[in-house]
Amino acid sequence: MTTEIAMSHVTRSFGSHKVLDDVSLTVHPGELLALLGPSGSGKTTLLRLIAGLDQPDQGAITIGKIDAATRKPKERGVGFVFQHYALFRHMTVFENIAFPLRVRKAAKAAVKARVEELLHLIQLEALAARYPSQLSGGQRQRVALARALASQPQLLLLDEPFGALDAVVRRDLRRWLRHLHEQMNITTIFVTHDQEEAFDLADRVVIMNEGKIAQEGTPLDIYRAPENMFVHEFLGESNRIPCRVTSKLVYADAGYKLGEADLGDGPAITLIRPHQIIVRPARSGTWAVSRIAMMGAQARLSLTQKDATLEATLTADRLLKEGLETGVSVQVGFTGGMVSLVPEPTNLVPLWTALPLEVASDSAA
Amino acid sequence: MVRNGLIATALVFMALFLVLPLLIVFTEALSAGVDAYVSAIANPNVLAAIWLTLLIAAIAVPANLVFGLCASWCIARFRFPGRNLLITLIDLPFSISPVIAGMLQVLLFGLNGLFGPFLAAHNVQIIFAAPGMVLATIFVTFPFVAREVIPLAQEQGNDEEEAAVTLGAGFFQIFWRVSLPKIRWGLFYGVLLCNARAMGEFGAVSVVSGKVFGSTDTLPLAVQSLYESYEIQAAFAAASLLAFLALVTLTLKAALEWWQRDEIYAASTRLSSSSRKAAP
Repeated sequence: MTTEIAMSHVTRSFGSHKVLDDVSLTVHPGELLALLGPSGSGKTTLLRLIAGLDQPDQGAITIGKIDAATRKPKERGVGFVFQHYALFRHMTVFENIAFPLRVRKAAKAAVKARVEELLHLIQLEALAARYPSQLSGGQRQRVALARALASQPQLLLLDEPFGALDAVVRRDLRRWLRHLHEQMNITTIFVTHDQEEAFDLADRVVIMNEGKIAQEGTPLDIYRAPENMFVHEFLGESNRIPCRVTSKLVYADAGYKLGEADLGDGPAITLIRPHQIIVRPARSGTWAVSRIAMMGAQARLSLTQKDATLEATLTADRLLKEGLETGVSVQVGFTGGMVSLVPEPTNLVPLWTALPLEVASDSAA
Repeated sequence: MVRNGLIATALVFMALFLVLPLLIVFTEALSAGVDAYVSAIANPNVLAAIWLTLLIAAIAVPANLVFGLCASWCIARFRFPGRNLLITLIDLPFSISPVIAGMLQVLLFGLNGLFGPFLAAHNVQIIFAAPGMVLATIFVTFPFVAREVIPLAQEQGNDEEEAAVTLGAGFFQIFWRVSLPKIRWGLFYGVLLCNARAMGEFGAVSVVSGKVFGSTDTLPLAVQSLYESYEIQAAFAAASLLAFLALVTLTLKAALEWWQRDEIYAASTRLSSSSRKAAP
């Protein structure tokens, strides 16, 4: 039931636009892998190449050691769930799920047994006679999944499986899919542009950008050590601070000290996430709070010092406890960040910071 | 006040131009009694016209059904050079006078036409014979199926077909089980209109027909022949058949819309009640 998929040097262009550029990737048997990236990064195209809905210009794809180019889509043992479900609108739920069995000329009794098994799995036994237009989005998604699983594929591909659903349904369905994957242990690849979804669901995440793999690894590895600026910025917003490295010391161009980094001398960029900034009121502080925005349990602060600005977030409770208000003078410290020299934005190294003592003791409390 | 006035105007207009002529056709046809009506239709020449009309429709409608399906398949699925030109060309028979369509046939297949000498040499007669009338009818009714099916196929896209591919279906399985059922309402509707026009076409068929009453007359042409030879009651009897065909077409069209609306309505009401209960 589980299969390894290997892609080597896969390239695909539409006209002069290279949608996939020399992509090599191995998906391990039984793995749940996320292809994460902004729209236009080539992730859906890669999925379509694996399914056989499109052919690579160069490179090879093997599914379970067999060269996929020698197999028609229907011989690849692939179940595909489309972004907008693509259910057959003129067929009932039952007939939709039965379709892959009927086109393979399965016996009537076997079709009935298998469809009922799948209806039970997706908990929609009561809706077998409904048409797709009579189902909610979450129900349609589950029918599409059951249909893809009906002929026992060795590989399951999902294109933006939760993209068209509202937040609550999306979260429930995500849990359910994770559970399903653990039960069936079928090799699964899903495409998403939502990093929270990818990190929550996948064993391993492949981040794509402009037809290339920007980074691959476990969710924790990627978060801990983003390899390049694209990955860092795609994973969440950050302050982008122009700076300069001199004898491993990092100073912002605006004049304040950021920390230390293991880089040669030269102009650089430091990326610091809003939650990596610590803010403390101090009469001697050189920064001022210019704006406070409340976002539920989080507060967002704009900090200014002469021409420089920083965006910081902290919990609303902490904001109240510290007595931070607009116009207050503050001291600013950093708990982390990443630095890269400007001409080589692919080489990100961590920013080492020495916290101001009073901030450190306070945050430990 | 204004609204009632407008409604009254519309009703009077409809009565005058639509209902009244229809009534006149049937009253004139039956003016000499039922026996005269039956004998007018049982006239061998009229029967031959009915037969030819049915024959032409039986060839032209399936031909345009196949063409319409092919065209919609190509246009909805593929991007190719000349695609927009094809879409425009499909409308040509709508924008051109049917008489000119008939003339074009004569210029192509007539004795002095482009293929005339070749056809004459092989003893094939197209113009002033049934084959020419079939060709003219096919040309005139060309857009009906395609125009109904192409927008539908374009709107519905290619997703279901791609899903069918990944689910293991072959080309013919996809066509019969997915593509055809998807567009069936539009297809029925197009065939209905195509048939009505194929049986009722006058201009183009008139040009290429030899007007030999009893052998190359269709029903519309027979009506004219009878009327011109002062057989008014017989002309109206033949016309009543065409009027009847129009009524049947309208009824079927209304029924089709009714079923379709019923289906959509049922789906939407059941959807709104089920989505409230829906738990993912």
